[in-house]
Amino acid sequence: MATEVAVAPGHHEDEPDHMANYLIAARGVKSWLVTLDHKRIGVMYLASVILAFFMGGMFALLVRLELLTPGRTIMGAATYNRVFTLHGAVMVFLFIIPSIPAAMGNFILPLMLGAKDVAFPRLNLLSFYIYVVGALFSLFSIISGAVDTGWTFYTPYSTTSSSSVVSMTLGVFILGFSSILTGLNFLVTIHKMRAPGLHWRRLPLFVWGMYATSVMQVLATPVLAITLALLAMEKVLGLGIFDASLGGDPVLFQHFFWFYSHPAVYIMIVPGMAIVSELFATFSRRAIVGYFAVAMSSLGLALLGFLVWGHHMFTSGQSEFSTMLFSALTMLVAIPSGVKVFNWTLTLYKGSIWLTTPMLYALSFLVLFTIGGLTGLFLGTLSTDIHLHDTYFVVAHFHYVMMGGTVMGFLGGLLYWWPKITGKMYDESLAKVSWFFVFVGFNAVFIVQFIMGSRGMPRRYYDYVPEFRPYHQFSTVGSWILAVGFFILAYVLVKSLRSGAKAPPNPWGSAGFEWNTATPPIMQNFAVTPTITRGPYDYHEATEEELWDGFPEDFKKSEP
Amino acid sequence: MNTEPTMQLPGQWSTFGVGYDWLFYFIYWLSVVLFVAVVGAALYFVVKYRRRPGVKSEPTGHYLLLEIGWTVSPLILLVMLFHWGFAGYVSLTAPPPDALDIRVRARKWSWDFEYPNGGHSQDELHVPVGRPVRLILSSEDVIHAMYIPGFRVKRDAVPGSYSTLWFEATHVGRTRYFCAEYCGAAEQPVHEADGTDRYTGHFSMNGWVNIHPVDGPAAESVSGENTWRSGWASYLENVLRAPIDPATGHEVTPAQWGELLYARNQCNTCHSVNGSAMTGPTWQHMFGQNVDLADGTHVLVDENYVRESILQPAVKVVRGFNPVMPSYQGSLTDRQLDALIAYIRTLR
Repeated sequence: MATEVAVAPGHHEDEPDHMANYLIAARGVKSWLVTLDHKRIGVMYLASVILAFFMGGMFALLVRLELLTPGRTIMGAATYNRVFTLHGAVMVFLFIIPSIPAAMGNFILPLMLGAKDVAFPRLNLLSFYIYVVGALFSLFSIISGAVDTGWTFYTPYSTTSSSSVVSMTLGVFILGFSSILTGLNFLVTIHKMRAPGLHWRRLPLFVWGMYATSVMQVLATPVLAITLALLAMEKVLGLGIFDASLGGDPVLFQHFFWFYSHPAVYIMIVPGMAIVSELFATFSRRAIVGYFAVAMSSLGLALLGFLVWGHHMFTSGQSEFSTMLFSALTMLVAIPSGVKVFNWTLTLYKGSIWLTTPMLYALSFLVLFTIGGLTGLFLGTLSTDIHLHDTYFVVAHFHYVMMGGTVMGFLGGLLYWWPKITGKMYDESLAKVSWFFVFVGFNAVFIVQFIMGSRGMPRRYYDYVPEFRPYHQFSTVGSWILAVGFFILAYVLVKSLRSGAKAPPNPWGSAGFEWNTATPPIMQNFAVTPTITRGPYDYHEATEEELWDGFPEDFKKSEP
Repeated sequence: MNTEPTMQLPGQWSTFGVGYDWLFYFIYWLSVVLFVAVVGAALYFVVKYRRRPGVKSEPTGHYLLLEIGWTVSPLILLVMLFHWGFAGYVSLTAPPPDALDIRVRARKWSWDFEYPNGGHSQDELHVPVGRPVRLILSSEDVIHAMYIPGFRVKRDAVPGSYSTLWFEATHVGRTRYFCAEYCGAAEQPVHEADGTDRYTGHFSMNGWVNIHPVDGPAAESVSGENTWRSGWASYLENVLRAPIDPATGHEVTPAQWGELLYARNQCNTCHSVNGSAMTGPTWQHMFGQNVDLADGTHVLVDENYVRESILQPAVKVVRGFNPVMPSYQGSLTDRQLDALIAYIRTLR
């Protein structure tokens, strides 16, 4: 069935070689720009999000540098407000939301499903170009005076700000459609393009994670689009929706905004969890304990993600009744999160653990996400939240989840699939050095922010009272350690591209389905549609040699 | 109780401090235990089960009871945390009826505090020790938030409506307050005479809460950082003076001004203050009561309801009356609305 649907990629090209490595199957810039191959689109996304991550990271370093001393260090207050806004907006909308789903999901998902492409290859390319156009609008906003509203665009500040809010919100509005189309594409792909024998109980946990993420992208993102459209209409046409002086309700914006942006938090973290599940299985040589519970917990998070937006507004003046309800629902988030963490930990038990760099990132995820999750208890509990709301405690909490969680998952997945994507190995020992700097630097930046926050340092402050100075300095020095880690990592990746050793077909001895194709994959992924006869984590069914060379029955079944 | 900060929390300056800090440190130690258990187990397994040649991993079995266990057992803890958090929150939102009302107006980038006698202070809040104080917050432009870490309280000041927070200070002295909701900054700094640049914005909207003793030296004998030492009554009378009505030469409190407005704007043609129903409901014993509305629902008469009823009278009409009142949107300033509300409060 899948054979007929997905022959489309590159058909109008001058006869690319479908059996050749996808990187060389067609040549020239144009063959990339008009490609319908999910792998190439994934690679273009990957390059884009890494660029965005670099940009957002630079803004972060500027923010930390400015906070090195109280008062002015390198920039004025108005500039500082723009820089931290851009850090947030670029990281959230240009990097972290598309990072794992659009870049790695695009590349890996069809390989895991035994499909030749996603369900709608043209839509896939369109969503990439929508991303590019949205990114250009955001960049235009940056050069035309930038935005100083914070990435949350709270009204009435955003509707009265003289900075270029409209082009930024328009950019984010456009980016949203890219996200919706990718989600839709993945949903249909997962439902309709699974190889014979790949029933739901055999789906890799990465695919389950992508499924939950896609549901949220399709259902939540339109609300953001509507909200930002209303914001732009109020700003341009003077329509009174959020502005109290025009008869609107400023808090309504927060409801609308968080109705998307809270699910968006799970759009960001669930893919990270999805990658980590794969890493734990591969490098422990063991099926994830409680496979079904872990899969369902992704869907559980997706569902709960829609019901807790009000916990961003405990001090905003929503009714006491809603506040109580949102606090209770927020507490429930701990259940699926706990299920994942406990099951990963137990997966290590009696495993055969190989501490590669991807596995180090998976373990970092476990440690840092646990801190991020536990500090969430302080914020879900009503009375403790009141004091901590809008302080550095919240900043530290969400960086432990978003960066300690998602970014660690992203980096783990990047190195894990690097040989699959590029066909080359990277320098493992240097990669471990970079991991060390990233891990230590990250903790140095953010652990002190918990203390600062609980002692009363509000967030988004250009200046601070003298007692917070030592904490800020510690944090800023941490940001330099972190930056060193990332530069070493960049060097490792560039070196691998230029002179890395050729990757073996299955460098990690993984039972995952994506390793059943050539490394790097051929243009149409599989010479013959594979028939799946086992689960993705059936390590106990193969001998040591078979793990490296391929499960015997996979090859038997894929012969015509 | 201690006004010295601990490792993680600021000093305790209000009655909320002890309970708050207990819950905070309870969650903290709970987190430490869980963290050590999870991460300790993970690290132990990583070392113990590191890959060795010839040693295979053990196939994953089914652990149904364990799965159910760690899905259900956290619920008990979560219900406990929710309960304590909610109980604390309820006490944060329910000020005692005898609380001293201070009207707080936020704007970019300063705070104005108006005391019951009509006196004002800018950027420095003055409160008496040992007496519940309720802040009635509003904003004149964008959203701000009053945050007093020493009191463990925070509340947004939203344009177009009133929000409240309350506390009871337990020690004389001073503790900082901050604006906690991002509200921008001036595009350019102010160039000071000494050559430095002074930046203003969200980050500069902070100051001191001065907690005065009930009895203490006269206001004139203290100044600067020691302002808080003066007795509350003396400070209120001599520094936070009520404004003088130029026409009469007498002091005017907001409530007295409201009474003047009541007559001057002809509110009295439809609303009595002696309990008799006229075209509109009487103001006597109205504030703080639940009233039935024409649409069958009911509403608590508080600051927000009175404000709404003056600006948009047709939205929530009291049962038994006709929606005939004109809107005063644009013809009464925010300050005049506040004065009318203060007057109505005195009639309850």
